[in-house]
Amino acid sequence: MGIEQKLGNLGIVTLKLEEVINWSRTNAMWPMLFGLACCAIEMMSAQASNYDMSRFGMELMRASPRQSDLMIVAGRVTRKMSPILRRLYDQMPDPKWVISMGDCASCGGVFNNYAIVQGVDEVVPVDVYVAGCPPRPEALIHGIVTLYEKVKSERMKDWA
Amino acid sequence: MDETTQAIVKTFQERFGAQTDEFRGEVSLILPPAHIQAACQALRDEFEFNLLSEETAVDYWGETSFGRNDSSSEQSPRFHVVYRIRSLPRNQIIGLRVPLDGNAPVMPSITSIYANADWFERELWDMFGIRFEGHPDLRRIVMPYDWVGHPLRKDYPLGYEEVQFSFNFDEIDERKPYAQE
Repeated sequence: MGIEQKLGNLGIVTLKLEEVINWSRTNAMWPMLFGLACCAIEMMSAQASNYDMSRFGMELMRASPRQSDLMIVAGRVTRKMSPILRRLYDQMPDPKWVISMGDCASCGGVFNNYAIVQGVDEVVPVDVYVAGCPPRPEALIHGIVTLYEKVKSERMKDWA
Repeated sequence: MDETTQAIVKTFQERFGAQTDEFRGEVSLILPPAHIQAACQALRDEFEFNLLSEETAVDYWGETSFGRNDSSSEQSPRFHVVYRIRSLPRNQIIGLRVPLDGNAPVMPSITSIYANADWFERELWDMFGIRFEGHPDLRRIVMPYDWVGHPLRKDYPLGYEEVQFSFNFDEIDERKPYAQE
C-alpha cells in the first residue's frame, strides 16, 4: 500500500489492471435478447422483479448485437435459424461471451431430428452451459455468476 | 346426413364420379385428381362453401390394407391429399380426398379458387414432395431453401444423431462439429 499511505486523503486506490478490467466487465454486462422458445419465458422472469438480474449488472437487455456483451441463447435453434444466429454473434463486438441456456441449446434437448441443431456449440463457441428444461431463474442466475467467475479469472496475457 | 349434404354428394357422384365415405355424421368424398379444380369451383360457387380450412396429406407408405379404406397395393395410391372445406353461411364442413401415386405425385392446384391454398400447397411440396401445377410460387416454406429431401414422408429417417451416453461420449465428442471463433 505504498501511495495510499502518503496520499490517503486524495482518494487513490491501487489495483491490478486485470482486476479493474474484469471487474468493470462483470459489473455491467448487457445481454442480447436471444430468446427463441420456452426458455425465453424463464429468462424474462429472471430479468423481472422477483429474481432480479439487474443486481448482477444486467440492467437492460439490448436487442441490438452491436450494443451487447453477452448472448444468452435461450431455446431451440432450428437449422434455418442457425446462419442468422452466427451472423448476430459475428456482429457483437469483442469481448463477448455466450451462455447456452436450457437443454435444447446445449445438446438438442428432447429433439433428435432433422430440424433442430443438436447443441448450439455447433454454431457459436459457448462459455457456460445451463441445464434444465427450462432452467429455473435461479439456475440461470447461477450460470451467470459462473460466467462472472470465469471472466474474473481471465488474464491479460490471453488478450494480447 | 342432412339434405344439403345429400344434394352435394349426389351432384358429385354424378358429375365427377366420387365415392363417399361417412364417419360419425361427417362426409368425405374421394375424387380423382383431374377433377379437383372443377369440384372445388362447384363447391364454392353453387353450394356456398367459401372457406378452405385445411389442406394436408397423408402418407400410406408401407401400410397393409387393414388400416385403409381401399384394398389396393402399398405403393399406389401412396398419398391422399385431404381438403376440408367449410360453409360459413350454413355451418357445415365437408372433406375431399384425392388419392395420388407415389412416383412423382402431381396434381392441379386450387390456388385460383381458394387463395389460401397457396401456403398449404407450399407446405405439401416441402414436406411430401407433391407438385402442384398452376401454383404461382412453389418453393420450400418450412425447411431451409437448399434442403434435400421431403421430411414428412414415411421413408425419411426419424432421428438425426447418435445419442451420447457416458460409454460412447468420447467417440462422439471427437466427431461433433464444434464451432470455431
